[in-house]
Amino acid sequence: MTSAAASGGAYRGRTLHRRRYPVRWIAACAVLVSAFALLPIVFVAVAAIQAGWSTVAALVFRPRVGDLLVNTLLLVIFAVPISALLSIALAWLTERSDLPGARLWSWLSVAPLAIPAFVHSYAWVTMVPGLHGLFAGVLISIIAYFPFLYLPLSAAMRRLDPALEDSAASLGLGPWRVFFRVVLPQLRLAICGGALLVGLHLLAEYGLYVFVRFDTFTTAIVDQFQSTFNGPAANMLAGVLVACCLALLAVEVLVRGEERYARVGSGAARPLQRARLGWLALPCSLLLAAVTCLSLGVPFWTIGRWLVAGGSEIWRLDEIGLALGQTLFLAVVGGLLATAAAIPIAWLSIRSPGRLQRMLEGCNYVVGSLPGVVVALALVTVTVRTLPFFYQTMVTILVAYALMFLPRAIISLRASIAQAPVELERAAGSLGRSPAKALWATTIRLSAPGAAAGIALVALGIMNELTATQMLAPNGTRTLAMAFWNYSGEIDYASAAPYAAIMVAVSLPLTWLLYVQSKRMAGR
Amino acid sequence: MSLLELSGLTKRYGPVAALNGIDLAVQAGSRTAIVGPSGCGKTTLLRLIAGFEAPDNGRIALDGHTLADEAGVVPAHLRGIGVVAQDGALFPHLTIADNIGFGMRKDEDKRAERISELAYIVGLDKAILKRRPHQLSGGQQQRVALARAMAMKPRLMLLDEPFSALDTGLRASMRKAVAELLEGAGITTILVTHDQAEALSFADQVAVMRDGKFSQVGTPRDLYLKPVNRMVAEFLGDAIVLPARVADGFAECQLGRIPVDENGRREVARIMLRPEQLLIKRTTRQGMSGTPDMLFGEVVESEFAGATCTVAVRLMNNSNPPDAAAIGNTPLVLKKPGTDAPAVGEIVRISVAGKAHVFG
Repeated sequence: MTSAAASGGAYRGRTLHRRRYPVRWIAACAVLVSAFALLPIVFVAVAAIQAGWSTVAALVFRPRVGDLLVNTLLLVIFAVPISALLSIALAWLTERSDLPGARLWSWLSVAPLAIPAFVHSYAWVTMVPGLHGLFAGVLISIIAYFPFLYLPLSAAMRRLDPALEDSAASLGLGPWRVFFRVVLPQLRLAICGGALLVGLHLLAEYGLYVFVRFDTFTTAIVDQFQSTFNGPAANMLAGVLVACCLALLAVEVLVRGEERYARVGSGAARPLQRARLGWLALPCSLLLAAVTCLSLGVPFWTIGRWLVAGGSEIWRLDEIGLALGQTLFLAVVGGLLATAAAIPIAWLSIRSPGRLQRMLEGCNYVVGSLPGVVVALALVTVTVRTLPFFYQTMVTILVAYALMFLPRAIISLRASIAQAPVELERAAGSLGRSPAKALWATTIRLSAPGAAAGIALVALGIMNELTATQMLAPNGTRTLAMAFWNYSGEIDYASAAPYAAIMVAVSLPLTWLLYVQSKRMAGR
Repeated sequence: MSLLELSGLTKRYGPVAALNGIDLAVQAGSRTAIVGPSGCGKTTLLRLIAGFEAPDNGRIALDGHTLADEAGVVPAHLRGIGVVAQDGALFPHLTIADNIGFGMRKDEDKRAERISELAYIVGLDKAILKRRPHQLSGGQQQRVALARAMAMKPRLMLLDEPFSALDTGLRASMRKAVAELLEGAGITTILVTHDQAEALSFADQVAVMRDGKFSQVGTPRDLYLKPVNRMVAEFLGDAIVLPARVADGFAECQLGRIPVDENGRREVARIMLRPEQLLIKRTTRQGMSGTPDMLFGEVVESEFAGATCTVAVRLMNNSNPPDAAAIGNTPLVLKKPGTDAPAVGEIVRISVAGKAHVFG
């Protein structure tokens, strides 16, 4: 009796140990990745402490910083709400009205993402040479970034339960009041998430604003870095920029609130009814046509015009081939690295949610909001001061990419791991596989499509990345974006055109993937 | 007078005719149930009455005012017709109180009092008014949806399978409570359901629907005892359908000579009996003697299921059926109280209570 109890106890102890084991090492990996991802924030804090309060005060509280702050604020205040209004209108027209060709318009509303923001800017500036300042910055920002709002909004509109709108109508509300009292409140999460994404991109964008001669924190930091390399002035500007990003995150959390608008009830939702536009179909089509002209027509037309004007001599194939090869290498390896780094965090957040996982998630959320310029500055400083043999090597630039695009990889992975039932992993374990092998044989295999999508999205980001690449890449590196930037900096717009064309051509299929993924997540 | 009148309603979705000529009159203050298998068009009909969709043809009139015809359609928000959807369709972004008060004006006098009064009427605790829909059980959500629709003081209330998401026990009590509540408030009600027992117990008038048409409209008793055809008969409950020769209020059939509800004379007819009209009484082989028109059978199957027991009885002396060869000697399947059911092999005497119904 006693011996049986003792052996039972020992047996239980062993199973307990075995059960905790995978969670523990995966958690350790996740903590390690997250701690590493915190590097830029730590860097900003350390830089401020080392500089001392008086230096910080002198560098931060000066008119130049005030001007930059005003510029950045104005940019966000104008560009984000206008993008939101535009996206709501477009999403409603493409998802909830009987507009002819709605599917085509829907794709055309996402396609501008395939064009890097600085190529948008290049197209506008070479077409309208006088364009500059706040107006130009706001206009091009909206055109380049509104799809980040359109995507979640159109997905949310597809998911709305039409029974709610029917109920509101039966309770005596006309179509407009139904929209404002029932539809709009349910879009709040999508609007908040998309607006945050657009806002963070505005803070991080560099090339777009250089073309239109509009100074933001990011352009000022890069200027400062190029003139004084790694001075405290650049670091302090980076500190203010980080503060702006954190403020944006805080505003979003406040506006979003704690609500989760789950669909109540269990019955199958009937398909959405589309509103009849009648004679309004024509002006609505014109609106979409105008947006498409501005966001796709202008860049394509400009690139095409420069390609024609440049003739065959701008196609320096050896140079272009080298740039394409380097870019693809960086994009693929960076994508793999970011996705590999994302596996522990994504796995934890689905399989073992808890306080640690929430903390890590919050941590990655904050880090993911940091502009590339801050990440680059941090890595430059750290490598120069403590790891000089890594300075300006492939390793540093790949690490920077992994840090910057970790959130994209996490989101894709998390969605696909959520679809691989944990029972399979347990079954593999009960059939004698070790935890790591069980994970590999089940969950990782099943989430491979999601991981591939994640790699593709990270690759898309890397391909169009300019700021960090410029600051960190080893000497002799010349990606498509860098080559494009150098030529257009020398006002050789014709020679820059092939690079722009290639970037757009490679990005289009990846953008299509993004579009399909957002449709699938909405259940269609 | 009738409050709601539907005449000649049709509605097509592409090649599919969802509604194919619907006529119906609903008396003020009454309860009507529309029942049919899924896909028969009953929900489409409800959506046309509510105004969520427009009919292709026909007319909808409420209290003499036309709501929809060839000339035009009154939109849903101007009709003042209450709707309770299958899963309640509560607004997830509003509290229960705001859900109930959704159709009221913001500045309405005593808005808060009316909301708590409505909550009280539908049997909701005041404490849940501050909660959100997802924190409520299915039954509570239905009550909120009902209170929300009643806040509009509608003359007509449409219920779209509102009880189907609830479990069996709750369903019956909710159905009774809702019926009493709406009758007390004097609200005319139309219930759409696929559950025949629900339709029969809820309504004064039942319409059986199939393939976009009403097969039959009438009181629950008429529909159950005098269905127009076999489909209606079997949709509303178990039925024993037998070939017979009918003359002078009696039918000659497998079960002998039994009274029917028709006086005409027909050589070939079909009659219907509900299983509960057949009574069986235990006897023995020795007890089988008697007048020749007495009917005996042997129990060939007996399936005990608690309160009821399903018994299959094979007739032993069928007296001259008109086309016995065609039907053979199929056992009659009857449901009897489980406490005193005969066992397999026992001999029973069979008698018929009431009249059989002759299909037209």
